[in-house]
Amino acid sequence: MSIKPLPDLIPDAKLKLPKEAERTLAGGLTVIAIRRAAVPLVELRLRVPFGKASLPRATLLSQALFTGTSTMSSVDIAAELQAVGGGLSAGLDPDRLLVTGNSLASGLDRMLEILAAVLTDPAYPNGEVATERDRLVDHIQVALSQPAHLARTALLKRMFGTHPYAVQTPEPDQVRAVRPAALRTLHAERVRPEGAVLVLVGDINPEKAIDAAEKALGSWTGPAKTAEVPPTPPLQPGPLLLVDRPGAVQSSLRMALPAVDRTDPGYAALQLANLIFGGYFSSRWVENMREDKGYTYGPHTSIEHYLAGSVLSVAAEVATEVTGPSLLETLYELGRIASLPPGEDELEQARRYALGTLRLGMSTQAGLAGLASMYANFGLRLDHLRDYSAALATATREQVAEAAARFLAPTNAVTVVLGDAEKVQEPLAALTAVERSAE
Amino acid sequence: MARRIKIPATKYPVERFTLANGLRVVLTPDRSAPVVGVAVVYDVGIRSEPEGRTGFAHLFEHLMFQGSENLEKLAHFRHVQGAGGTFNGSTHLDYTDYFEVLPAGALERALFLEADRMRGPRLTEENLLNQIDVVKEEIRVNVLNRPYGGFPWLRLPPVMFETFPNAHDGYGSFGDLDSATVADAQAFFDRYYACGNATLAVAGDFDVAKATEMIHRHFGDVPARPAPPLPSFDEPDLTAEKRDTYTDKLAPLPGVASAWRVPDPIGDFDNYLPYVVLAEVLTDGDASRLVERLVQRDRTVTSIGGYIGFMGDEFQVRNPTAILLQAHMPPGGDGDKVLRTVDEELERLAADGLRPGELERVQARIATHLLRDTDSVLGRALPMAVLELQRGRPEMLNELPKLVGEVTEAQIVAAAATLRPERRATVEVLPGAVS
Repeated sequence: MSIKPLPDLIPDAKLKLPKEAERTLAGGLTVIAIRRAAVPLVELRLRVPFGKASLPRATLLSQALFTGTSTMSSVDIAAELQAVGGGLSAGLDPDRLLVTGNSLASGLDRMLEILAAVLTDPAYPNGEVATERDRLVDHIQVALSQPAHLARTALLKRMFGTHPYAVQTPEPDQVRAVRPAALRTLHAERVRPEGAVLVLVGDINPEKAIDAAEKALGSWTGPAKTAEVPPTPPLQPGPLLLVDRPGAVQSSLRMALPAVDRTDPGYAALQLANLIFGGYFSSRWVENMREDKGYTYGPHTSIEHYLAGSVLSVAAEVATEVTGPSLLETLYELGRIASLPPGEDELEQARRYALGTLRLGMSTQAGLAGLASMYANFGLRLDHLRDYSAALATATREQVAEAAARFLAPTNAVTVVLGDAEKVQEPLAALTAVERSAE
Repeated sequence: MARRIKIPATKYPVERFTLANGLRVVLTPDRSAPVVGVAVVYDVGIRSEPEGRTGFAHLFEHLMFQGSENLEKLAHFRHVQGAGGTFNGSTHLDYTDYFEVLPAGALERALFLEADRMRGPRLTEENLLNQIDVVKEEIRVNVLNRPYGGFPWLRLPPVMFETFPNAHDGYGSFGDLDSATVADAQAFFDRYYACGNATLAVAGDFDVAKATEMIHRHFGDVPARPAPPLPSFDEPDLTAEKRDTYTDKLAPLPGVASAWRVPDPIGDFDNYLPYVVLAEVLTDGDASRLVERLVQRDRTVTSIGGYIGFMGDEFQVRNPTAILLQAHMPPGGDGDKVLRTVDEELERLAADGLRPGELERVQARIATHLLRDTDSVLGRALPMAVLELQRGRPEMLNELPKLVGEVTEAQIVAAAATLRPERRATVEVLPGAVS
């Protein structure tokens, strides 16, 4: 066997941000346009603040946003968009309504016109809304049979208590009770340009793209009925919550740990600590749980940011027989990173991963659009990447150890396990206090 | 609405060469972002695995990450991610791919890593047992512990096909996985993972001359081994409808999926391509035929999708393959009724043709999807590697939007007319969940 040396890396060139322009229109909509001309397409993201909106109504509104205007049916909207290679869809999270779409670059003006019609002249026709309502109920029924969904639902409740973030999926019966008139009212009150941000990325001239957006969306006006979400409550560690899923061949292990927001001076160090612990494949927890023990296929941890607070989440699906041992290894790795500073090598490896994947994320139109829109959600712009990269590049081993000790200590964790309680309760109870879910 | 929008094309450059040991190489440089994508594709997939060894091609994919000539277990992952990159691999019916996306300065490292495992993975008992466990967890996550697991990609082939290569479970049975041996793995590597049976593609920010030199340096000494003969997996078309029904104890609602054989995607591409467009005419968005009829008008389904190839890889699959329609239904939904309506809509399409503008708008949307996929360096490296492997024509990636735009109404009508009930294979999933 010949020994071959690993080739050196050529250091990255300085971070180059793409050409962009920004304008806030008279109605209050901010438009950010970014040029990346690699393919003759344009990506669109529109986020509208939607915190504290009635969950069943807001969820159905997001499903029914494209069902019709006073002059177009849902089929017309879809066909007109398709004609320029376009498509638009809407989604909802606890902070915002998000419209996502794309088209051929030559179709940008038309896509914006159709979007404007949907935003300013919505009809919510009774028949179409009824169809979307039934479909949404069916989709929720399917979600309720998905272990990942059930585990997340239980964790959110456990994390957020009575905070509005605690419930993110409406009950089927609540959705059934929503009438089209309620959607029209909600749309009139909340689907407004104030505080909304439109991001356009693609083979475009940024100034001209903003002109096109102004032309199409200039008539979208009116004040929004805003509602600020209160800060999230601190996590309350306590007994592990065990949710029974009789007959499950796997258990869903979930944990929430505290975190800081993106602009916190300690965020880069916490992100590096998260990576070293479990935030990428070459992390301690993944190597232990998957590549050493074979307990799980796709374990992962990540820092999730909401407007009202951030949280570090830990997730793994593990075989029923190894549920106890999986919790043991997780607690062990959390305890280890919270108690001992990381090695220089593993810090450098995580640092290069964090810096490299930022560049990968910016290298496509869709990636850039998602990043710019997500940053805008927190009042940030793409140039934040420079500050964040610098913070990642300079975070010290001591800072990372400090962040790990403060945030990743296993005593901080809120833990939920969804699985066959009859088989997993005893092994889990050997490691920590266990409380059965009331449901 | 009948105005025809001009479908744009990409002009990604393509450089091709073959090393003395038989490895085929495709380079497609693009300096617009400081990233590179590297793909190595081997001409072996689920259809090639031996009887009694279901799931073996996929299990072997896992073993290719477990160390190689110069690399310990875990080193591959650490070297890619420690260079700021990401990696993965996937097993398909007709090929297995391995890939990395990295900052441009890490290109040589990725080439080193791929060359090292092409010379030979470290096939040990310990790694094999570990990855059998991991694959079983993957199957639990994706199939056994979730509703609609394997629907329809694992459920429909055994209804449609008779022969082992086409009909068996590509994820594999636990029994077969557990009985796999290191000797099996070595034999599989020796037979299929020959450099003459592989292609390498590199896309993104690099200099062609320098990359060519690096490729010669890293892959040039991989021992020459020829590709094994490519078998034909063809089998006769159905002459009478075939159906199967099963109960999914986790599923809350019924579902139905049907498939019809289509022309050879490679040997008969001109006649195959209209089916790709037809799938979108039938199911792409609210303005498509079946969504408008079944979801919005009749409300007999809650969602319906159509595509070609059981894994949705229409330009990366060999003969035999199929056009699929799959639908989820509301509570109490009636699969037969849905199929009767599908038949009715297909007959209407075959008899009355398309509406003005219908074909053009579907073609424009397909073009957007095709172009969007190529925006990422991996979205060029991977398909180009497969197009080189299967067709010797990686530049076809640039041509696809235009070729889709040239499909005619007459071809769509003719394709729709072939989707007769007697040529159909159908699988229905019944809800078994207690709600």
